[in-house]
Amino acid sequence: MMERVIAILPELNQAFLETLLMVSIALAVAILIGLPFGILLFVTDRGLFLENVLVKRVAGLVINLIRSVPFVILLVFLLPFTQFLLNTTIGPLAASVSLSVAAIPFYARIVESSARDIDKGVIEAAIAVGASPWMIIKSIILPEVKPGLITGLTITAISLIGYSAMAGTIGGGGIGDLAIRYGYYRYDNTIMFTTVIVLIVLVQVVQYLGDLVARVVSKR
Amino acid sequence: MIKLENISKKYNSKGKQIIGVDDVTLTVEAGEVFGIVGYSGAGKSTLLRCINLLEKPTSGKVFVDGVNLHELSPKDLRKARQSIGMIFQGFHLVSSKTVFENVAFALRAAGADKKQIKLRVEELLALVGLEDRRDQYPAQLSGGQKQRVSIARALANQPKILLCDEATSALDPGTTKSILSLLKKINRELGLTIVVITHEMEVVKEICSRCAVMQDGKVVEQGSTYDIFSDPANPLTVSFIQTVLNFDLPKELLEEINGKLVRLQFKGSIAAEAVVSDMLQAFPIRGNILHGKVEYIQSKPLGIFIMELNGNEAEVNKAIAYLRDKVSKVEVLDDGTRNRHLA
Ligand SMILES: Nc1ncnc2c1ncn2[C@@H]1O[C@H](COP(=O)(O)OP(=O)(O)O)[C@@H](O)[C@H]1O
Ligand SMILES: [Mg+2]
Repeated sequence: MMERVIAILPELNQAFLETLLMVSIALAVAILIGLPFGILLFVTDRGLFLENVLVKRVAGLVINLIRSVPFVILLVFLLPFTQFLLNTTIGPLAASVSLSVAAIPFYARIVESSARDIDKGVIEAAIAVGASPWMIIKSIILPEVKPGLITGLTITAISLIGYSAMAGTIGGGGIGDLAIRYGYYRYDNTIMFTTVIVLIVLVQVVQYLGDLVARVVSKR
Repeated sequence: MIKLENISKKYNSKGKQIIGVDDVTLTVEAGEVFGIVGYSGAGKSTLLRCINLLEKPTSGKVFVDGVNLHELSPKDLRKARQSIGMIFQGFHLVSSKTVFENVAFALRAAGADKKQIKLRVEELLALVGLEDRRDQYPAQLSGGQKQRVSIARALANQPKILLCDEATSALDPGTTKSILSLLKKINRELGLTIVVITHEMEVVKEICSRCAVMQDGKVVEQGSTYDIFSDPANPLTVSFIQTVLNFDLPKELLEEINGKLVRLQFKGSIAAEAVVSDMLQAFPIRGNILHGKVEYIQSKPLGIFIMELNGNEAEVNKAIAYLRDKVSKVEVLDDGTRNRHLA
């Protein structure tokens, strides 16, 4: 049994790196696009300093549209887009396109809801000293929401690890792909268990690191 | 310094209209400490927030230092807000910033550079007595210290006005006193115009030269604090005054009384004892002081005595007429019949 695992080790290693790559790209996109999106949702809300019903409605609608499509369907639905973007639909890079699209609204909602927990009075006090909207976002909202951003990133990363397994099944590569190929098509339970253990360890490590960082940055 | 003209603020909540402020006109003079008192929900905070347009009035005009705030561009309004400091019951400090950074934020908002900021923050922390706390986070401070930080933040850009929304309501009596004396010092030494909102008449007594009483969004009475205390006109004002000038006499004592019960109010520096002893010399009656108290309102004394007067009815009435002539107010609480009750 051990030799089965050792024999598969190079492949396992590659699958692991592919998963890491997919999830990292999607996380980066979540931070780059999902975070500003989430802040936008928050500051355009009723009673806030950039209140804008139209922007809020449209942004909220787009996010809900994407979020209401199950990931497997989104994956298939985005194949033409991936093809157009990368000229291929195979490989971890291609898989990270649909993962990113799923990660953006997921993270945006988390950002929005943690921003809602900020004491409105703190924002009001900033308005009262004459701070500009940009300063309030940069120097009040972002620092105040930092622990929430990190916790949210942990949750997003763990969801993405799950999604990446699905993406793997349609040619994305990664650990999910490995599990399906050996465990499902070849009934190789050893490989199957190994992948499950790798995933469990990965999720635990992500959770642990996320909690640690969130605790360090929290000043409450 | 501040002129509010016919300010109204209405809210629409679930199709129902809620009136926050109802047609309030007020003027606050430069350099004074002005109080706005009222029970919870009277519209005090809403009115205060209209002064820096944190709340846009549904109708009416706000002038600060002669400038109509409604006519300012967003940028100019931000500039104007820098000269109106504001502090709150809940302090509203940024929990992820140190004391220094909280105060520095106000200066950064006004575009100050790093060096200026450092100097000014240190100066402010010295003013509020928190030099040794500059690198602590709000969670590490007591309520009184937090309010001091928020005062430092509010004063950062050298404002002309300081708005205080129940600034001492979350603090214990001792801390309240120290924050009030800090506000007094700021008013005196920096010449700031201060508007104080509170539901505690004690606060008004302590620091306000003038005040207004609010109920259901309206100002029901306003005037100098001393006049409000000595001659309240509105029943609500009377009930507020009584929270400070409270004279509950024990029931047992009241039951033993069989003369007339009178309440004498002395304004200013009239020697109360002398008036009373002259009266007892002039009329063949017996007098018994049950309660006496001198309150200092804006450091002007307001004396209140409760006396029992015994003797021939006609002589007692003459004595009361004599007193009416000498003191600012005489109230007959009980004319000697049974079933007495004191407010
Ligand atoms: N944002 C709001 N939406 C709806 N009603 C409000 C809002 N703010 C205040 N009010 C109402 O306006 C009235 C006055 O409130 P407020 O100014 O906070 O009173 P106070 O500060 O004297 O306790 C209350 O009846 C309150 O419910
Ligand atoms: Mg209030």
